[in-house]
Amino acid sequence: MNEAYYARRKRVNALMFALTAVCAVISAGTLLAILAYIGWKGASAVSWSFLTKLPAPVGEPGGGIVNSIIGSAKVVGLAGLIGIPVGVLSGVYLAEYGRGKLAFAVRYAADVMNGVPSIVVGLFAYALIVHPMKKFSALSGAVALALIMVPIVLRNTEEFLRLVPGTIREAALALGVPRWKVTMMVIVPTAGRGILTGALLALARVAGETAPLIFTAFGNRFADDGLLNPIATLPHTIFTYAISPYEDWHNQAWAAALILMAFVLAVNVTARLWLRPRST
Amino acid sequence: MAVRGLRAGYAGGAPVLKGVNLDIREKTVTAIIGPSGCGKSTLIRCLNRMHEAIPGATADGEILFGGRNALELDPVVLRRAVGMVFQRPNPFPTMSIAQNVAAGLVLNGVHDRSVLAEAVEKSLRRAALWDEVKDKLDAPGVGLSGGQQQRLCIARALAVEPAVLLLDEPCSALDPIATGRIEELLLEIKETLTVVIVTHNMQQAARVSEYTVFMLMGEMVEYGLTRQMFTKPVDKRTEDYITGRFG
Repeated sequence: MNEAYYARRKRVNALMFALTAVCAVISAGTLLAILAYIGWKGASAVSWSFLTKLPAPVGEPGGGIVNSIIGSAKVVGLAGLIGIPVGVLSGVYLAEYGRGKLAFAVRYAADVMNGVPSIVVGLFAYALIVHPMKKFSALSGAVALALIMVPIVLRNTEEFLRLVPGTIREAALALGVPRWKVTMMVIVPTAGRGILTGALLALARVAGETAPLIFTAFGNRFADDGLLNPIATLPHTIFTYAISPYEDWHNQAWAAALILMAFVLAVNVTARLWLRPRST
Repeated sequence: MAVRGLRAGYAGGAPVLKGVNLDIREKTVTAIIGPSGCGKSTLIRCLNRMHEAIPGATADGEILFGGRNALELDPVVLRRAVGMVFQRPNPFPTMSIAQNVAAGLVLNGVHDRSVLAEAVEKSLRRAALWDEVKDKLDAPGVGLSGGQQQRLCIARALAVEPAVLLLDEPCSALDPIATGRIEELLLEIKETLTVVIVTHNMQQAARVSEYTVFMLMGEMVEYGLTRQMFTKPVDKRTEDYITGRFG
């Protein structure tokens, strides 16, 4: 009995091991597949003029997406300027001072916010800014993206601050340093690299958001014009081009997707290299 | 420093200190000994009110310092005069050796480079670390060995020129050689300030202190000259502890 039982157990083990390996390959392989496919479809349309020219008038071939690249940089940059300080400071509040019901509510709200569909956030920004100003704008798109960033940055900041050993806090307090200075000048810098990495990853995450921009930044086929006018962004341009009936635009959508993907990947890799503990 | 009727405890627990009275003589080394859980760490942490940094911790009674009740002072001001070194070396991980030593001054608003450089050298010399680190002041503090890190922490505490230095089992994470260096430097710095050291190691108390406090279950059992306590203890419980019958 034992022999047969043992053989069966070995077979089941081998089968389950193979299954986990296959699933692991599927998980990691998806990224490679996406990269390869976008590279294959998009590379042919990427050229210097594609990166530096404005879109051609509808019906004419050629043209570029420079307005979308600048637009994305503007909208995502502004979102970071709003979202990162708010997220980091509320993370500091939660980790260092947050006790009791208010802290619980803030933490819970942040977790729920993380799960709110991004198109709903876009609608909210529409109601908050576009509707009163009677105008689609870069600003409203940035606010929508900032709202998505805040809970991500907040929770990340809190996690990294909690990793700072209590003994560091004690050491600073015992030197007769006021609590707020201990927090801002000792604890936050100690967690600094982790906090910055989280902020970068949040930036990369919202750089690819499309839904919140549909009725905020709106899109624009012309050169961008300040923060209070409709503005083109990469994800939104990809969306518009992809659902268009023109073959030329489809190719440009793939090329724009390649640019966006390359940017997100670059930020991700930078952030992770940065977080890796350096040997000093 | 004088302690009068000090009671202290933690959230939801029985009191840890049950009315401690103690006069700490200036410019001496006073050792606090006793078994684990007797309240010796709580006592020393009350002296610069680090005890209150723990949520829910309570302390009442009187701690007389410079003619005033330290429990009614601003803890931030008190801690500048009563420094502390902890059980495990805890240099600031983002700072260099020099920045670690200068941290207390910089964070309290001193930015004059020459003043800081002078304070760094002076403090490192007092902590008997200068010769080992003078060529690498810009290297990270956490790159030093455990014993060096602990002396760095002592230098950091000394840099703000406290009148009292509290040490909470400063050698419990160190080897005998590193421990020996710290004991030597304590004997030097007591010329200029008051030292209170909590220790588990009775030989250490005998080596470095002039006065010893023996604590048991939140009460001070005996307080007197170290050599007297280790040769002719007055209380039976002190004798039992020192001779190793319990604890």
